[in-house]
Amino acid sequence: MTSFVFPSPPPSPESEALRTQVRAFLRQELADRAPIDRAQSWNGVDPAFSRKLGQRGWLGLTWPKRYGGQERSALERYVLLEELLAAGAPVGGHWIAERQSGPSLLRYGSEEQKLAILPRIAAGECFFCIGMSEADTGSDLASVRTRAVRTDEGWRVNGAKLWTTGAQHSHYMILLCRTGPVDPERRHAGLSQFLVDLTLPGVAIRGIANLAGEPHFNEVVFDEALLPAEALLGGEGEGWKQVTGELAYERSGPERFLSSFTLLVELIRVLSPAPDERAQIAVGRLGAQLVALRRMSRSVAGLLQAGADPALEAAMVKDLGALVEQEIPEVARDLLADGPPTAASRDFAAVLAYTSLHAPSFSLRGGTREILRGIIARGLGLR
Amino acid sequence: MSEPFPDASGDMLRETTARALRDLLTDAARAEMAGGAMPQALWRGLEELGLPYALLPEEAGGFGAPLAQALSLLIVAGEHALPLPLADAMLARFLLAKAGVEAPPGLLSVAQGSEVAIDGRGRAGGRAWGAPWGRHAAAIVVVAETAGGPVILAAPPSGLKVEPGADIAGDPSDDLRFEAVATSPAPFSVLEARAAGAATRALMIAGALRSVTDMTTQYAEERKQFGRAIGKFQAVQQNLAALAGQSASAAAAADLAAQALDAWGPGLIPAVAVAKVRCGEAAGAGAAIAHQTHGAIGFTREHRLHRYTLRLSAWRDAYGREAEWARRLGAHLIAAGPEGLWPALTAI
Ligand SMILES: Cc1cc2nc3c(=O)[nH]c(=O)nc-3n(C[C@H](O)[C@H](O)[C@H](O)COP(=O)(O)OP(=O)(O)OC[C@H]3O[C@@H](n4cnc5c(N)ncnc54)[C@H](O)[C@@H]3O)c2cc1C
Repeated sequence: MTSFVFPSPPPSPESEALRTQVRAFLRQELADRAPIDRAQSWNGVDPAFSRKLGQRGWLGLTWPKRYGGQERSALERYVLLEELLAAGAPVGGHWIAERQSGPSLLRYGSEEQKLAILPRIAAGECFFCIGMSEADTGSDLASVRTRAVRTDEGWRVNGAKLWTTGAQHSHYMILLCRTGPVDPERRHAGLSQFLVDLTLPGVAIRGIANLAGEPHFNEVVFDEALLPAEALLGGEGEGWKQVTGELAYERSGPERFLSSFTLLVELIRVLSPAPDERAQIAVGRLGAQLVALRRMSRSVAGLLQAGADPALEAAMVKDLGALVEQEIPEVARDLLADGPPTAASRDFAAVLAYTSLHAPSFSLRGGTREILRGIIARGLGLR
Repeated sequence: MSEPFPDASGDMLRETTARALRDLLTDAARAEMAGGAMPQALWRGLEELGLPYALLPEEAGGFGAPLAQALSLLIVAGEHALPLPLADAMLARFLLAKAGVEAPPGLLSVAQGSEVAIDGRGRAGGRAWGAPWGRHAAAIVVVAETAGGPVILAAPPSGLKVEPGADIAGDPSDDLRFEAVATSPAPFSVLEARAAGAATRALMIAGALRSVTDMTTQYAEERKQFGRAIGKFQAVQQNLAALAGQSASAAAAADLAAQALDAWGPGLIPAVAVAKVRCGEAAGAGAAIAHQTHGAIGFTREHRLHRYTLRLSAWRDAYGREAEWARRLGAHLIAAGPEGLWPALTAI
């Protein structure tokens, strides 16, 4: 029987020292950032801010120095990330590159690819998007139809990726596509990953308005797009193994329970002059969940630091995290009575609307609740 | 008396506790306890291992393990749905030692609440309630607020009138009236003592949920309907994944409380609040899934699941329900204000 164990996170005084620095930096940098902008959480894009983080050495913190990193610990990186998220910093430009594309490149990339790209990610100058989903491919990722065919000079790609977050701001996509025949017996075979320069001819990006009306995600169409031979990432046919590794990076961080945090901050701003008992109880329940999740998430960082593979634990944090992220707007909307509008109540209403309209995606993006629970059930030995 | 456990990780302590409970917590002992009787062999076994002294410094009979590790033997007690007041015996000695009061020998219990008045000669009289197994105790520890500050007392049976009661699990939880009992000043508040009690319940809930997760998963693998194990049905799998999540989250929160009890500072109350709220909620959600998965057989007194459901309910109720601790935590977080919220959360 597998019991999930989240070991106590190891003490990390360096992380706390870093926390102090990050807080001071953010207090200054974000002094004028409005609540509604903070509410965008890791969707907020500001290339100048990303560059500033790069200049401080705060992107790719754990990577080798050779590739622009700082060789610091996963626990320090955890603290940096949670401080950025809690402050509502505009991290969306570099987020995916730093979180998963860079680590995938580190693991599977050629030396040329690493030297060409990782230092630029670490400088906050190179952004990535995720090319996994398609119109007929969601949870069942092995069913992708976008195909790359070998040519004399490289690869020719046809097909379309969907829901590609941030493609319009990105320089590269890591594309998952088919390079081998479909084999119903071995569904995970014949897939490969490519490092796609999004400025290449034959690649078109079209924004799609989400529920809140914003074009955060896109369709990315490949029409006879020609990629150079060296665009292949890792091994031909190794795409499934690689994409699974990438998903583990995608799921393990504090952004999986802090997406609604700005709303909680704004809720407290409007409640704090005269909190009643009902509000205290409701906030206390949310706070208890967040603190427990923080501890679990730091434990995941500790496991990463120790060289373990916490994919199961990460799935669990993301599943529980989405629950509290979705509960926050539900609770917040119910705690405030109607009344004459004030500046504070208008800010609160705007943040509440923003968060409520993004909440449905919290248990979809990065793997749906049902898929995550399936992974956990497998961890329990049931599948 | 106590065996040395020179073991900073607490593993040996937990293993020894588990072995003792496997050997001594027999069906016969459980039957005895169900009638409110004290199973002497069982309690003597736990005494001989020194478990009631686990939270004391080594020179006072403790194990020399860090307090957070010593507390984790309560996770093991929870894993076995132990009805006996081991947590209370540990807590009683811990509180008395903190106050520098010599503890009497024998089984000690702690009352969860009290109303106390001090007479002209500085002695306490009044009532206290919710003392697990109080009727069998050599003394019952009461921490009370008085005009002169918080006091602690260990009321011996001679000065006591015990009114037997029971918690929702049916385990003894007694009320008492007493007069003219000597007191000592307590170097901690009534709320801090309550937090220490709440932390013991959080730890036991975490242990019980771990066992419930294991037994429910195992049952889902064994029970067949429609020609296959019910654990093969996706609806059941999804529920069990949620149960495992609740169990892991409760364990993380309880661990936080154990460390806060060890540190014993201003962080105690918020950390215990997190633990008691989270473990209480997880106990409710977790037990519901366990019962749903077990079907009718789990709804019997015959099946061992009932031991866990009963104690999860009792421990969830003890030392303050979720609303009490959530209100405390929420007031703390709201008082921190919008800018102080995040620093307040990361300080826990
Ligand atoms: C805001 C947002 C941003 C996104 N960004 C990106 C991105 O940058 N790049 C990218 O590649 N993708 C992105 N996605 C896509 C995301 O990965 C998919 O939405 C997700 O994998 C689910 O796929 P789907 O939407 O096609 O739903 P489907 O897979 O069709 O699922 C629909 C429903 O069926 C359930 N379901 C499906 N299969 C099973 C099963 N086996 N058992 C039980 N239930 C099942 C699902 O849980 C869900 O409830 C994004 C999505 C959102 C909402």
